[in-house]
Amino acid sequence: MIELQHLSKRFGTGRKSAPVQALDHFSLEVPAGCLYGLLGPNGAGKTTALRIVATLLAPDTGSVRVGGLDARSNPRGVRRLLGYVAQEVAIDKILTGRELLALQGDLYHLNRSERDGRIAELIALLGMGDWIDRRCGSYSGGMRRRLDLAAGLLHRPQVLVLDEPTVGLDIESRSAIWQVLRQLRDQGTTVLLSSHYLEEVDALADRLAILEAGRVIAEGSPSELKGALGGDRVTLRVREFSDEAEASRVRALLEHCEGVNQVVINRSQGHSLNLVVENAAVVERLRNQLEAAQVPVFALAQSRASLDDVYLQATGRTLMDAELAVAGQRDPKAERKQAMR
Amino acid sequence: MTSASPTSLTPHRDAAAEPSALAEIGQETLALTRRLFLQLFRRPSTFVAGVLQPLIWLVLFGALFAKAPEGLLPGGGSYGRFLGAGVIVFTAFSAALNAGLPVMFDREFGFLNRLLVAPLRSRSSIVLASVLYITSLSLVQSLAIVATAALLGYGWPGGPGLVLVLITLLLLVFAVTALSLGLAFALPGHIELIAVIFVANLPLLFASTALAPLSFMPAWLGWLAALNPLTFAIEPIRAAYAGTFQLNHIATDVVLQAPYGSLTTVSCLFILATLALGLFLAIRPLLDRKLT
Repeated sequence: MIELQHLSKRFGTGRKSAPVQALDHFSLEVPAGCLYGLLGPNGAGKTTALRIVATLLAPDTGSVRVGGLDARSNPRGVRRLLGYVAQEVAIDKILTGRELLALQGDLYHLNRSERDGRIAELIALLGMGDWIDRRCGSYSGGMRRRLDLAAGLLHRPQVLVLDEPTVGLDIESRSAIWQVLRQLRDQGTTVLLSSHYLEEVDALADRLAILEAGRVIAEGSPSELKGALGGDRVTLRVREFSDEAEASRVRALLEHCEGVNQVVINRSQGHSLNLVVENAAVVERLRNQLEAAQVPVFALAQSRASLDDVYLQATGRTLMDAELAVAGQRDPKAERKQAMR
Repeated sequence: MTSASPTSLTPHRDAAAEPSALAEIGQETLALTRRLFLQLFRRPSTFVAGVLQPLIWLVLFGALFAKAPEGLLPGGGSYGRFLGAGVIVFTAFSAALNAGLPVMFDREFGFLNRLLVAPLRSRSSIVLASVLYITSLSLVQSLAIVATAALLGYGWPGGPGLVLVLITLLLLVFAVTALSLGLAFALPGHIELIAVIFVANLPLLFASTALAPLSFMPAWLGWLAALNPLTFAIEPIRAAYAGTFQLNHIATDVVLQAPYGSLTTVSCLFILATLALGLFLAIRPLLDRKLT
């Protein structure tokens, strides 16, 4: 349904700030009727990829096909079958929610009866009845997000593209949106969403791609990706909050322990140690080795592979570490200017 | 949220006849224009300020020179009558100069992206909606000033004169709207756009014949005023307010004695029309780049 081939996109050429390679030979295929997740830290290229799919941006190189249509030569055709829910909710504070949806319907050329009927359906589906006739400026974040989702669904798109649809929402609102997305997928809509929440992608996605620095570094279903790692995961916390020196010492101790495949220091979680082990039996060996070396143990937990472990395996750091590394480098003003037309 | 029946979300399209391109463009444009008017009705301060400010100018400036000797001004008459045309034009000009602000805010806060992902038949409907809105707003505000000027005893242009006033204002509004929209897409943010509007507004007013005739000005200012688009709108309207205005003389009666030559009403309107067309053509590449 969506085919992206060798997309490249660079921002900021010849300007004050250094250029940024947002996408670097990025390729992806999303099957029809699939709920597909793009997972990666901020700055990985998720939003850029989605904006290209939504025809808001043209790639520097590469091809984009949606529903068999070339997005570069037939952008209007792509827009007709696609609904886009952007990361930042853009609403007109002066209009009511109903008026905004009516405007949306007119922009998609729905006739009046179809438009009004569809608005009524979506109000019921997304539970907006109590506030839909109030001005958008009075809405909470959750209300705005639901309204934005309704706007994206108004014309019954074959493809729905969502950029971080649940960021900043409470758990109840998030679960409600997840339910709607699952229903859409079950009824045949292709859903492509980006997220930096592991649990969201793990819970929703039939297939996912993990992005780093504008490239796909892993792709498959959650179970395929986790299964490919093999082994179990052990999280060791020497203390509640350790330091780099202590964590490095313990890592050096455990790295060569039989059955341990990999040891990574998780700086975002108090310098805990994430270990990849061959099987559950290794855990006892670890305990013995730590006791023999008189290393205190605050917590030792065992689990199966998670998507964070998939990310860790592919990049050498956890998703949280990646987020923290990027957090200080981001320029929200520059990003907002990039999004301006 | 409710657990609605699956059919509510089923993607499908009825096999209805495709509407024509004109119908789709009409639907898009009307919807976008309606939005702008809804904003105006719910936040009327812009409209009120747009009428109040010129009214205050008309009353205060008119009173300021109320005792100026008659015969001092070209064509005779009171200063209030002289000033009326200038204030009418300035009202329309100010409104049109702000045409780009809604577009700028839409750019900055992401609403324009919402419009651009929609399958608009023509993205010109975004521009057309702004033009329709600002033209209507400017004309209504200007007509309010025309009515007030009449109540203050500053004259009434009569039927044909009123038509000339409307045509002149339309051409000026088109030209200035094009300029404002171009600035809205060229400048990086609303602060810069407001700064340009702020800087341009009063100097353009003072360097025109809105407040004083060319004969009162030094040579350098006279040249500036004689090239100022506002002057090409003010003088035909001033002529329409003169008691001797005749529609069949608009191509022959001189309304502006400029340093470079004499201009009739038709000449002035031709210049405004050329300016409007030229500005829209000039901003077209920018709009194409930003909206495609």
